[in-house]
Amino acid sequence: MSNKTSRRRFLKTGIVAGTGLAASNAVAEGDPLITQKQPWNQDLGSGVDERPYGMPSAFEVDVKRRSVPWLTADPVSSINFTPLHELDGIITPNGLCFERHHGGVAEYDPASHRLMINGLVDKELVFTMEDIMRFPRENRTYFLECAANSGMEWRGSQLNGCQFTHGMIHNVMYTGVPLRLLLEEAGIKSNGKWLLAEGADASGMTRSIPMEKALDDCLVAFKMNGESLRPEQGYPLRLVVPGWEGNMWVKWLRRIEVGDQPWHHREETSKYTDLLKDGKARRFTWVMDAKSVITNPSPQAPILHSKGPTILSGVAWSGRGTIPRVDVTIDGGKNWNTARMSGPSFDKSMHRFYYEFNWNGSDLLVQSRAHDSTGYVQPTKDELRFIRGKNSIYHNNGIQTWHINTKGVAENVEIS
Amino acid sequence: MLKFLKLTATICIMSVPIYADTASLGRLATSAEVNAWNIDVRPDGLGLPVGSGSVAEGEEIFVEKCAACHGDFGEAVDRWPVLAGGQGTLTDDRPVKTVGSYWPYLSTVYDYVYRAMPFGNAQSLSPDEVYALVAYILYVNDTVDDEAFILSNNNFLDMPQENSEGFFMDDRATVEYPIFTRNVCMNNCKKTAEIILRAAVIDVTPEETAAKVIEAKTKSEIEINLDDELIEEPIIEVLNQELVTAGTKIFKKCKACHKVGEKAKNGTGPSLNGIYLADGAQVEKYKYSKALRSASESGLVWDDLTLRAFLTKPKKFLKGTKMSFSGLKKEKDLDAIIEFLKLYSQ
Repeated sequence: MSNKTSRRRFLKTGIVAGTGLAASNAVAEGDPLITQKQPWNQDLGSGVDERPYGMPSAFEVDVKRRSVPWLTADPVSSINFTPLHELDGIITPNGLCFERHHGGVAEYDPASHRLMINGLVDKELVFTMEDIMRFPRENRTYFLECAANSGMEWRGSQLNGCQFTHGMIHNVMYTGVPLRLLLEEAGIKSNGKWLLAEGADASGMTRSIPMEKALDDCLVAFKMNGESLRPEQGYPLRLVVPGWEGNMWVKWLRRIEVGDQPWHHREETSKYTDLLKDGKARRFTWVMDAKSVITNPSPQAPILHSKGPTILSGVAWSGRGTIPRVDVTIDGGKNWNTARMSGPSFDKSMHRFYYEFNWNGSDLLVQSRAHDSTGYVQPTKDELRFIRGKNSIYHNNGIQTWHINTKGVAENVEIS
Repeated sequence: MLKFLKLTATICIMSVPIYADTASLGRLATSAEVNAWNIDVRPDGLGLPVGSGSVAEGEEIFVEKCAACHGDFGEAVDRWPVLAGGQGTLTDDRPVKTVGSYWPYLSTVYDYVYRAMPFGNAQSLSPDEVYALVAYILYVNDTVDDEAFILSNNNFLDMPQENSEGFFMDDRATVEYPIFTRNVCMNNCKKTAEIILRAAVIDVTPEETAAKVIEAKTKSEIEINLDDELIEEPIIEVLNQELVTAGTKIFKKCKACHKVGEKAKNGTGPSLNGIYLADGAQVEKYKYSKALRSASESGLVWDDLTLRAFLTKPKKFLKGTKMSFSGLKKEKDLDAIIEFLKLYSQ
């Protein structure tokens, strides 16, 4: 440890930015923000290169991932949540994509990364990142949802905010090589029916994936939203398993083994299995069923204006296809309205919907209900609990209810 | 100059054959490489290495390397995974899902312990140690009852798992999908909609008040590098390098919860930078136990004596401490860890 460092002491101090101009006597003449010159109208701002990597405005500091500390024993093997209530459109900015690690964030030079393909293949191969970049690549937008998203809500309303109830999801445009091309390079033997994907981090994450899916639409991705994967998303290489539970999207992907049967490893037996009421558990519950949530208004994003024109907005997605339609209700499901879809509609990607209405200032019970392109309609939590029982927890795609009171304050509730 | 260039060229040409093969992209993996990474184990025994270990050996390793999180008998500390018990609870209102009650295959335990444990020092256990640990986990789950029992690659597949038949392939496509693929009601769908549950009643949402947000928006954090003259000279002590090296190894027991060094943050336990000669509860922003806070207020300082006493038997020295660590028994281990902590306190 350098002596110099030990002699330094960092102090934090608060400096109040001089922005608020109290000018009540000017109101009669008009809005002082208009009638008076403001500093930014006159003073020069910072030049180019002030922030070589651009960051959001200082006024957006509360737009960030948040965790629920009581959920897990240690922040190294834990989860945080995407602030869905602060976002619009369908793309999740890279720095806001929720994190889930089982052994912390592995950070290392991509020049030290290797991807091995072994097992039931003609040639066991090793690729560097440079090798992988020489395969034909594709750009596709997919949602990644953790199987545990909304799990804390399974037994009843618990967390007040769609960031916490639905924020284990992000939607990103990936650039990557179809896994099929890498497997073809190695040559799959005729009895090769399953893959084991393995990560290079300290958890050595592993998941079994059926060959049919691997050859269908999986990607080995190195870019997200145009730039390199973020360390917390598996830099330099992650597996993309479209429409299937997030745990399978192995980060820091270092190995693909081809085998004739699944491995039944920890994350597909002890975890991410759905215990039903008869004591038996579903395993390999891969597909994420159609789901939606109203992001605004919601507990962290109350209605701040009085009655009148009001925007209701939300997101919907399905692991089976697209979302051609979302219904919304503001009276707790007595009457439903078809929402307006806006933005691109990609396969297994998030979709954005809006419902514009005139709020009369009374209490609201708002819900959304997604329809996917195969005809599946998002069920209620009660319907799911009736089939699965109290203990299944994972894969909760039930309808979410927010109660909005006359002041515009929102709360997470369940209704009859 | 010419000679130098020639030499470089030769090296380049020579290095090509090592990586060249029939593949157009990538290269063939060597068997040493495949063996190094191919550590996975399957329920049919594929991948199980040759080795063996007894319950008694496993207990010793478990107490040293696992009990800090999982408890001495797999009962778990805080929210760390419970490994033992829970048999017969899978239909209960609050089922206890453990290796004994829920995990269908023992191979999963071997695979996971070998690849990911101990937390913070993964892939440091030998196959014999892993067999011993799995044997101990079978013992605390009452699958075997003899401390002399030896688990090996030869008898591994004979071990029964209570819930081996407890899983079935996802059947949502036939059980749920047809029910939820349906026409929906749009008007006058129900007469009443009453609130029956409220999240606010449970009150477990992390707090972040609006005031805090506004404060953060109007203030900026500024680092001030004070003049050297204003700062006390730090304590400089010549450290015993041998002890520091030994301490680095012992610190692996602590790493799951404690961090040191430049990027050290609080985890389950506080960062230990600067711990030596610091007040008992020295780290701001860490939520110490009541016991440690009051000891600190009464003047507890972490010096040779107090660190030694605490680390020998934490719960004895400080009743009510949150630290779930059984303690270091050997004097030389205590010397080493204290020297190691001094290094990060200079």
